[in-house]
Amino acid sequence: MSLLISMKKYLLTLLMAGLGLVILFPLIVTVVNSLTSRQEIALNYASVGSGSSGAAFTEFVNLKLIPDQVSYEQYITLLVESPRFLLMFWNSVFMVVPIIIGQTVVASLASYALSKLQFRGREPIFLVYLLTMLMPFQVTLVPNYLIADKMGLLNHVSAIIWPGVFAAFGVFLLRQFMMQIPYAYIEAGKLDGAGHLLIFLKIIVPMIKPGFSALVILLFVDYWNMIEQPLIFLDDPFMQPLSIYLSRINEGELGIAFAASVLYMAPMVLLFLYAESYLVQGVQLSGIKG
Amino acid sequence: MKLASYQHWLRKDWAVACLFLAPSIIGFTLFYLLPFLMSLLYSLMDGTVNGQFVGMYNYQELLASDSFKKATMNTFTFSLVSVPLILSLSLGVALLLNQPLFLRQWLRTAYVMPLVVPVASTVLMWQILFDWNGTMNGLRELLGYERIDWMKSEAARYVVVLVYVWKNLGYNVLLFLAGLQQIPKDYYETAQIEGAGGWTQFRITLIYLTPMMFFVTLMSLIHSFKVFRETYLIAGDYPHDSIYFLQHYMNNRFVSLDIPKLTAAASLMAGGMLMLVFVLFTIERKHRQYMEQ
Repeated sequence: MSLLISMKKYLLTLLMAGLGLVILFPLIVTVVNSLTSRQEIALNYASVGSGSSGAAFTEFVNLKLIPDQVSYEQYITLLVESPRFLLMFWNSVFMVVPIIIGQTVVASLASYALSKLQFRGREPIFLVYLLTMLMPFQVTLVPNYLIADKMGLLNHVSAIIWPGVFAAFGVFLLRQFMMQIPYAYIEAGKLDGAGHLLIFLKIIVPMIKPGFSALVILLFVDYWNMIEQPLIFLDDPFMQPLSIYLSRINEGELGIAFAASVLYMAPMVLLFLYAESYLVQGVQLSGIKG
Repeated sequence: MKLASYQHWLRKDWAVACLFLAPSIIGFTLFYLLPFLMSLLYSLMDGTVNGQFVGMYNYQELLASDSFKKATMNTFTFSLVSVPLILSLSLGVALLLNQPLFLRQWLRTAYVMPLVVPVASTVLMWQILFDWNGTMNGLRELLGYERIDWMKSEAARYVVVLVYVWKNLGYNVLLFLAGLQQIPKDYYETAQIEGAGGWTQFRITLIYLTPMMFFVTLMSLIHSFKVFRETYLIAGDYPHDSIYFLQHYMNNRFVSLDIPKLTAAASLMAGGMLMLVFVLFTIERKHRQYMEQ
């Protein structure tokens, strides 16, 4: 019997690991290609995009998991020889960090009101937040553009940062977390003579730390990858974030694109490995009550 | 007496709530609500500058436009197919991952990794795999099938669904796992003592997972709209008909400065979302009432 159980355990692990490998496959290929010399990449992927027109050209892409020769030249090119890459890396950082900090602060205050305070119109307000959260960026594209223009924000990072700070997602997520905290905690705080601000800072904020971690990760991933907003709001190519740079080099030089992808992913992967347990904890908390 | 103190409560909280909500509401109104209302207004006019009120004219034009109909159908079908698909797949994976097995932490991390892969890198891999001369066609020819022009045929639809599932499966699995771990073990034990089979056990799981399901559905829906980023980067403004989404349509109206059609389309989409959220909320409320009985 126990042999049967452990057999099952092995088989299941094997199956799930297989699925894991399939899912990770694109990442593995990207990392491998980033360590392959430019010539080899050019040779392997020569036929990409050449289409079906040339009937004689039936050569397939040569997907290799072990390069002929390991080479760091792509990384050297990016980090030493092209200041553009580093510039745009910092562009991204200076957009994403203010958005994360701002949205966390603004949204945590709002979600305290929407989860722990009793007042009329609480549910409708939340519903409006929820609704905008679901809208794709394109829905309010025009008026957003006009407002940014009126406020003189166009072609400046603040045209991207401000809407990010006030986006509804943080309110939605943090409210889920705060709903889990029993009302008794707030009563207790009141008995001790604390006002709402003190209760918020001393009781609620420490209790929803997992919620903050989850929010930070999800916001980072989302804004680190933004494409539409910078394309619309920023004209100056030197102000564009790394996400735009990356999608541009794809067209030109395939060789560098892989190393750029790896460098671009690195901050997210590190943040993720560091904070994934919080993400799960946080999610667990928020799951008790939808 | 009790009522009076309750009313007092209501008023006291209202003042505090205003303070807590103020920063968010002000910014939210300025950058989201106001734009949305303006958009609604523009949808009834023939232009943003000195526009004349034209009533429902823009909507009539819009509904007569083939490309709008196509985009709406595609967006609708895509969400209708891919959201239930990813929900059931991720629930299945979460259930398997919840069994006794080795390396659980590592597997969980592996599944969720695609979430951090940059859009541009996804697109790069997409090209390598689904190009006319790509790996997928290589495999097909090896197995004796004809090549498929993935991105320029009906097959494009399935490729987009695949990328969507690949990217978001892990996060949903994570959420479902968290939900599963909160179902008290004794529910299953009681059911077992009462002689319940596997099907009843699964039903217990489903019922207790419903609140989480609500959350995951919302997230999956948002993500199903975000797949536009990848689609846009790989196939540009005018992709194959089968993957021409509402966002493409709106983007193209923006580029051609056709504001009346753009805003009318945006309003209709918002209306659709409103209905959807309403349905989801009703289901959730029904469920909660059922649970409380």
